[in-house]
Amino acid sequence: MSTGAPTPTRAAFADGARAIAPIVIGVFPFGLIAGVAAVEAGLTTVQALAASPMIFAGASQLAAMDLIGRDSPLLVIVLTAWVINARFAMYSAALAPPFASLRLRHRAVAAYLLTDQAFAMSTIRFARTDEPAPARFAFYLGSALVLALTWHTATIIGVVVGTGVPAEWSLDFAVPLVFIALLFPAITDRATRVAAIAAAIAAASLRGLPLNLGLLTAALIGIVAGLVARGRQ
Amino acid sequence: MTSHSTLAIWGILAAIGTGTFLIRFSFLAVLARVDAIPPLVTRILRLIPAAVLAAIAMPALTHAAGTFDLATDRFVAGTAAALVAWRTRNVVATIAVGMGVLWAIDALGWFGG
Repeated sequence: MSTGAPTPTRAAFADGARAIAPIVIGVFPFGLIAGVAAVEAGLTTVQALAASPMIFAGASQLAAMDLIGRDSPLLVIVLTAWVINARFAMYSAALAPPFASLRLRHRAVAAYLLTDQAFAMSTIRFARTDEPAPARFAFYLGSALVLALTWHTATIIGVVVGTGVPAEWSLDFAVPLVFIALLFPAITDRATRVAAIAAAIAAASLRGLPLNLGLLTAALIGIVAGLVARGRQ
Repeated sequence: MTSHSTLAIWGILAAIGTGTFLIRFSFLAVLARVDAIPPLVTRILRLIPAAVLAAIAMPALTHAAGTFDLATDRFVAGTAAALVAWRTRNVVATIAVGMGVLWAIDALGWFGG
């Protein structure tokens, strides 16, 4: 037990952990479903457990499990997951200036733990307070680690219970429900709305495309539609 | 269930994981600034989540049994969940309503479920 006032760095870490707490409640069912989906796709227990620490990106994990379960070609599975995770490049660029003075090792840790939620919490904090880089890193770590801990706990439980879930429960339907829940916060303006609608219509029309290329093609059509919509504003 | 080999799945996980880490590390590694990304690339990256999520979710509702059919328990339950997601932006409520409506429809035996 330490005595006296906490150091600014330690206080920032605690702030980060506290800030993300309300959000991780929504992450728990998402992780649970990712664990169940990995088992249902036909991964071994070890693989299903390894998927989360190896990838640590829920939407891409769920999409990959869906495509693995439907025997899509390896290249299509990997490409689809990479496209879903391409957004992290944007977050990486936004975190580079505040973390510029950190050691490469610490920036690598920050990169590994980068999620939509930890990024969102940190950008709000960094815009409000003018802290030195170590305190900012501590805040980020507090948020990112609480999220990671929740995510991994949830996926482990999902993998363990996954094999025991009766088919009549239709728990596989929770996967599209998670995507629906994530979709609406991603629609922030006209361009993203047009992209979502065009991609949805394209995906429903292109389901029969060979090699399960429907998802990638539909996403591409959505992105082009979003760019055109923005261009005409 | 997949018919990919155990080794192939390890390869998939490793490839996705390595690629995803490199994407996350990209700018943090080389310390390039946001304005180093061309504006068009930024616009494309911003559109990816909405387009991809919609493209994944839609066929699960419109092709519940493999072919296009809107008179299914899953299309109705998914539409209800979408309304909840749109109005509340609450992940737990969205999943709860979607699953609840699905189970209710099946219990009532609509659509011959």
